[in-house]
Amino acid sequence: MTDVQTPTIEPLASSPAAGRGRGRSSQWTKLLWPLLGLALLLLVDLVWVPNFFRIGVTEGRLTGTPIEIFRWSGPEVLLAVGMTLVLATGGVDLSVGAIMALSGAVTAKLAAGLQWPPWGAVLSALGASAAAGAWNGALVALLDIQPIVATLVLMVAGRGIAELISGAAHLKVSGTLFSALGGSPLGIPTEGLVGFGMFAAAAAFTRLTSTGLLIEATGGNRTASRFAGVNVRAVTFLAYAFSGLCAGLAGLLQTADLHGADASKMGLYWELDAILAAVIGGTALTGGRFSLLGAVLGAVLIVTLTTTIQTKVPVEYALVPKAVVVLVVCLLQSETFRQNALAPLRRRAA
Amino acid sequence: MGTRMPDSVSLLQLRNVQKAFPGVVALDDVDFTARRGEVHALMGENGAGKSTLIKVLTGACRRDGGQMLLDGKPIDPRSPMEAQRLGISTVYQEVNLVPTLSVAENIFLGRQPRNWRGIDWGQIHRRAEQALARLNLSIDVSRQLSGYSIAIQQMVAIARALDFEAKLLVLDEPTSSLDAGEVRQLFAVMRKLKGDGLGIIFVSHFLDQVYDISNRITVLRNGKLVGEYRTADLPRGQLIARMMGRELAEFEGQSHRANAGERQGAGPMLSVRGLGRVGSMQPFDLDLCQGEVVGLAGLLGSGRTETARLLFGIDQADSGEVRINSGEARLNSPRAAIRHGLAFCPEDRKTSGIIPELSVRENIVLALQARKGIFKSLPRKQQDEIAQRYIRALGISTPHAEQAIKNLSGGNQQKAILARWLASGPRLLILDEPTRGIDVGAKADIQKLTLALVEQGMAVVFISSELEEVVRVSDRVAVLRDRAIVGELGREQISEQAIMKTIAEGAPARAAEAAP
Repeated sequence: MTDVQTPTIEPLASSPAAGRGRGRSSQWTKLLWPLLGLALLLLVDLVWVPNFFRIGVTEGRLTGTPIEIFRWSGPEVLLAVGMTLVLATGGVDLSVGAIMALSGAVTAKLAAGLQWPPWGAVLSALGASAAAGAWNGALVALLDIQPIVATLVLMVAGRGIAELISGAAHLKVSGTLFSALGGSPLGIPTEGLVGFGMFAAAAAFTRLTSTGLLIEATGGNRTASRFAGVNVRAVTFLAYAFSGLCAGLAGLLQTADLHGADASKMGLYWELDAILAAVIGGTALTGGRFSLLGAVLGAVLIVTLTTTIQTKVPVEYALVPKAVVVLVVCLLQSETFRQNALAPLRRRAA
Repeated sequence: MGTRMPDSVSLLQLRNVQKAFPGVVALDDVDFTARRGEVHALMGENGAGKSTLIKVLTGACRRDGGQMLLDGKPIDPRSPMEAQRLGISTVYQEVNLVPTLSVAENIFLGRQPRNWRGIDWGQIHRRAEQALARLNLSIDVSRQLSGYSIAIQQMVAIARALDFEAKLLVLDEPTSSLDAGEVRQLFAVMRKLKGDGLGIIFVSHFLDQVYDISNRITVLRNGKLVGEYRTADLPRGQLIARMMGRELAEFEGQSHRANAGERQGAGPMLSVRGLGRVGSMQPFDLDLCQGEVVGLAGLLGSGRTETARLLFGIDQADSGEVRINSGEARLNSPRAAIRHGLAFCPEDRKTSGIIPELSVRENIVLALQARKGIFKSLPRKQQDEIAQRYIRALGISTPHAEQAIKNLSGGNQQKAILARWLASGPRLLILDEPTRGIDVGAKADIQKLTLALVEQGMAVVFISSELEEVVRVSDRVAVLRDRAIVGELGREQISEQAIMKTIAEGAPARAAEAAP
């Protein structure tokens, strides 16, 4: 864009000298609360859960609860990263759980049912997921359908399609590619590596290119962004397509981990965890500013929490303590709550 | 006359009020007195402390120090609700009502009278009608609010405020979206309320209106009290000088006429023939030349903004054509218009100008960045340079470039939006009410800037409700009425009288060809 000629302007009267920016300090303070929540949780684990932090080595692979948390964080982080970008545009993607199931079903059907080469099945699954995301994006960005409704379509239909594809049978996937994806060929679980790798790539990409700014502008004020020449439709479309791809990757990893896909269970209610992770990480449901690092912290917090609870409480009741902890983190994040809750303490100190 | 009218009884007194925000002292030892039966205008530039003072006395934010007395009794409202219960009611600049509810529902929202069956609708409608009758307004209170004009909505907001047994009514920029007739209507209501013994605090940037309605003026500057004056004792020049803290000559002296002769491009840069849109704007012709300011003048709703929206591709034209540098151009989206070198500062800064949460830097580089596309980025270093350059050049008052733009005052937000466009190097700049709701100093800055840009060969379309301003900056004025361009005034013909005459009577002889 070298042809842009900016006019020269004489400084107007009384121009104050503006200091250099202090950077995004307020963005960082938002990370404080999920970090604090995670630290508290780990402290609880240290005290009450025996051997929580013990890490062992078995056949050249690291084992132990922290390693399992790392493994399970992989798919959660993938969903949270995609969800964060969608939320930042001012939308929401309810279909990510169903897309996981779809991805798993495609993988299993092609690799196990139709005996495709594993890489072909993997690429097809990712392609199908990205297409599902693009479908959401088209409904929201091109046809201006409300995100919650647009993605609800695939949330319901996606799982149905997945069950149609896989049929009633439980298909088992096997082969080196799948055991590499679901196992720990590098010593630590591939699932975690892929999840955190995608986070790093997305964070670098959004901040090093202008995509981050354009996403935040689109979510922050769609009209103003359009008037400023931002291609808000393209930005929105890409966010949903990316979220679909992330969900597909998560479904793929789970399929490899479990050696098969159960379309009726895979990814069920995961969209809620993803939204929760993004919100805990400081991204508002109303769009605008987003924090991928925050979303990752949120995802790890949720996985750690689930793991912790499952060591103490039967799975059926696990959701109750989970809800309590989530509530605490959300309260900590609320400025209104902090002010009101801390006011008596301050008064006593004064 | 001054002796005949003794000081009215003081109603609300603020003494030595202090308020600091991180990095800024917003109010420094300010005294303020509102009296019964008086309209008290609160005047000041950007950052003078007007908004903070209003927020303190309406309980929207708490003072750090000083005293507040209502009827001689100390008060300390912690929320606008509490202030309202004490008798201090506020109507804000942006009407704070629910457009999809009915007029009556809006007036009683949150405090609906009840009977044994639930909400007492009969009483709501009756009392809503009474409340509006007090303002000499008789409308169907069961109709949806959004069906009424902004002026009526404003009256409804006032009726809502008065229903709280108000003693003191705070009107923050109530006239910025009203046309002249509506302002008269509002002022009639204010005079009536004043006669009823209510105290009114009036914040406005329109000097005429302040002189028309107020009894007293309090001037603030940089968070400090400059003084309290009787309106009759304070000539306009004095008032402006006190608000700005600079000499009057500096901003009155400028006029485009000094060097108007030099500015003549080689034929129109953009030429419009028969552009129109059914239900929005009748087909019109317009030529825009480089180095020329074309003013669009007309009453509210005359089609000024609609013209701008058609030119910038926000609304799609259904007839006519646009030629840019003699080539046909299809301006069917803002992006297409921007590719052709157009830029548009919209009328409503908050909803369609700024991205509130983003920093000043991000707001400034946005248009340039959008032009480069989604995947090609502007290096951070370059972004910082651009932001710094324009912050300095336009005198944007912000602690640093990373400050969220929502924390800036209106005038500085407007300058940042201008900077956004200047950074992308447009050839035609459309300014829709660029000085609305901003203070005198920033206003003069923006007018000056407009003229400086035109000097450098930019074409500018300047839309404003203030005739004085249109006359000051324009080389040519297109006059609109009822969604049509009804006349065009050349350089020698421009005057406030000529514009008003054209609005009233239609096209003067030379603009006859512009008629469809």
